Amino acid sequence: MFTTFLRRELAGRRRQTVIIALGTALAIALVILVNSVSTGVKDAQASVLESVYGVGTDLTVTGAPAEPGQGGGPGRFEFGADQGETTDDGSTEVSTSRLTTGFSTSTFEDSAIDTVLGVDGVSAASGYLELTNTTFDGELPDFSQMQQGEQQTGGGGTTGGGQQPPTGGFDGAGGSAFDVNSFSVIGLDPGAATAGPLSAVSLTDGRAFESGDTGTDVAILDASYATTAELAVGDTIDVGGSDFEVVGIVESTSADAETAANVYIPLDVAQTLSGNEGLISTLSVSAGSAADIDAIQAGIEAALPDLTVSTQADLAANVSGSLGSASTLISSLGLWLSIAVLVAAFLIAILLTVQSVSRRTREFGTLKAIGWRNRRIVGQVAGESLVQGLIGGVVGLALGLIGILVVNLVSPTLGGTTGGSGFDFGGQGGGGQTGGQGGDAGQMMGGGGGPFGQAGGGSTTTEVVLHAPITPSVILLAIGIAVLGGLLAGAIGGWRASRLRPAEALRSLA
Amino acid sequence: MSGNGGTTTTPDTTSTANGTEPTMTDGTIATVPAEATPAAPPAGYRLEGVTKQYQQKGRAVTALKGVDLVIGAGEHIAVQGQTGGGKSTLLQMLGALDRPTSGRIALGDAEISHAKDGELTKLRAERIGFVFQNFNLIPTLSAQENVEAALAPLGVPAEERRNRAAAALASVGLADRGAHLPAELSGGQQQRVAIARAIVKNPAVLLADEPTGALDEETRDEIMALLERLRDERGLTLIVVTHDSAVAKRADRRLYIKAGVVTER
Ligand SMILES: Nc1ncnc2c1ncn2[C@@H]1O[C@H](COP(=O)(O)OP(=O)(O)O)[C@@H](O)[C@H]1O
Ligand SMILES: [Mg+2]
Repeated sequence: MFTTFLRRELAGRRRQTVIIALGTALAIALVILVNSVSTGVKDAQASVLESVYGVGTDLTVTGAPAEPGQGGGPGRFEFGADQGETTDDGSTEVSTSRLTTGFSTSTFEDSAIDTVLGVDGVSAASGYLELTNTTFDGELPDFSQMQQGEQQTGGGGTTGGGQQPPTGGFDGAGGSAFDVNSFSVIGLDPGAATAGPLSAVSLTDGRAFESGDTGTDVAILDASYATTAELAVGDTIDVGGSDFEVVGIVESTSADAETAANVYIPLDVAQTLSGNEGLISTLSVSAGSAADIDAIQAGIEAALPDLTVSTQADLAANVSGSLGSASTLISSLGLWLSIAVLVAAFLIAILLTVQSVSRRTREFGTLKAIGWRNRRIVGQVAGESLVQGLIGGVVGLALGLIGILVVNLVSPTLGGTTGGSGFDFGGQGGGGQTGGQGGDAGQMMGGGGGPFGQAGGGSTTTEVVLHAPITPSVILLAIGIAVLGGLLAGAIGGWRASRLRPAEALRSLA
Repeated sequence: MSGNGGTTTTPDTTSTANGTEPTMTDGTIATVPAEATPAAPPAGYRLEGVTKQYQQKGRAVTALKGVDLVIGAGEHIAVQGQTGGGKSTLLQMLGALDRPTSGRIALGDAEISHAKDGELTKLRAERIGFVFQNFNLIPTLSAQENVEAALAPLGVPAEERRNRAAAALASVGLADRGAHLPAELSGGQQQRVAIARAIVKNPAVLLADEPTGALDEETRDEIMALLERLRDERGLTLIVVTHDSAVAKRADRRLYIKAGVVTER
């Protein structure tokens, strides 16, 4: 009788069944989609962080944010008579490159590594130094004019903590042209490549660093930088005025992300070339157990009070850009939207069920009059609601999966920027061409070197394609919501039906 | 679930939507076969000082005032009276749909006045058959399923339920209408389905509240004839609330109820 009655009621009151099922379906589809996209955004954040800090990094230690202008080493390009060659027309061609720490990068003693290794629960720690290599190619009209220019600009080359490239064409005379190129460099311990930036990469060509590379001028390049700069294994690259042999090419293990820097060189060489002997800018720390992370953070903070200790969670909170916006959007708007739609769907289901019970007052009264117990009637109402909810669950699951497929077909690209880490990234395009009026030259450099200037703020931008995953938990979620909605409406409707008096059957129609 | 091939048509089904019923000849009336569940033994009522009060907007309305009444097993009783006099309230007390505010009611050896809800439900399921003015069929269930609904609370196995429902439909002349929805049946046919639903459990009493109130005269007489025949065949106690003197005249006893007070003529 139960199933017959159930079938007949659902079929006989098709409109109500469709409305309740559809409302539940829409809510479930939305929840599934939001859930999946938010998982996708979290994955994207993780892959951005991984590409920057490496796999297995649970905490990072960085110096306190540097005061503006206090940033790195010597910030001036110095042009001596021995640099460049004077051409026939009296102008001088100059090509020089400098390796400096970033604008907001602050360094600290590498003895911190041993201190950190001494903290309870730390399983590994490796330090590295983040640098920017700036290459200047230019043609100076005359050496004497150069000196004059320096006086005029008041040593403009030193403002901005070394990020400000030299300016040119001070006299406004034609024929002076400069190219300023920069790429990011990380100096790291060749023997400790299992932690830190190079742990999230795979070798596409050549070899990885080995302990014997310490003290030698060898470099490993990011694959996309190598392509842009047209460099391959065996070529040489000028880093800080020295020629480095390219021994390996690496790419990020997370599909669409780039690696943390353009060029990787041994730490000691980097320290020497940039004038940062004994200094590092970041420490990657691996915890023995995830449960210890908070304790380790507290331990390092106590041992090294001047430094900043960040967990992966802290870092994830700093991922900005469209990825950060997506994350905020999903976690705020998406969450509230799904809650609102869910509440609305539940309310609609409850209202329609209660309304239907009132409309069926005579019917339930009659069934009670012919001896149906309350339990049987409540079960009938609850059963109807549950089946309506489950129909909604199946339809909603289908809609939600279609939605996820659409997201994955469109595969939107999100840019994630990790702030404050002190990386200079994306600088390879930053070539400022100056050839303008003398007085404007400084400003023009600021403009022309746009991406480069922004990179000086110390951030890393990584492009990640959003992939919304389909997980078993999504299906469980759909079924859970459907059952919950059905039971809720059924319980309230059934309760109303149970309170009807059997004497209602005798009430006249009018 | 339609047990007896209800879609086959027979020559005598000439009913139309205006409620004209096929004449019931002896040939179309099936004798109810012996059933596994024995019929409830015939039983009468004993009422002593039955009073029923309702609270209506804070004011007490006394619908029945100290009713004393004895109804014998197998009697045919008509209850008449003005609207609001208390006829339906009396039928509710007799039908174990509600308990009196004071006084005692017994159906045979079963006390109604102080029984718990569950006991009243059981009593209704086993021993009391109801017929309503507006038929009160479940609109989404077929005629056959509506009749089977009365057997659901008795725990009758599915096959026996089907057979008994089919037999009950046959005994009201609707052997071929089992698969029809109520909306596909005329008023007289719907009331006959409702009567089949009331008798399928083999009750001790049959209570009818204005059973012909929604039917035309010709159909009314057929329904009354059917109820009387079922009473005769089964020894049912038949209590019919009616406005209609023609209906009331057919009863063994006629009760009048006015402002909650019952008198006999
Ligand atoms: N459930 C109820 N609540 C309040 N008053 C009721 C209720 N049922 C009946 N009454 C009142 O009791 C009186 C008798 O009603 P009823 O038995 O339905 O009369 P009848 O069936 O003779 O028309 C009327 O005054 C009616 O308003
Ligand atoms: Mg009435």
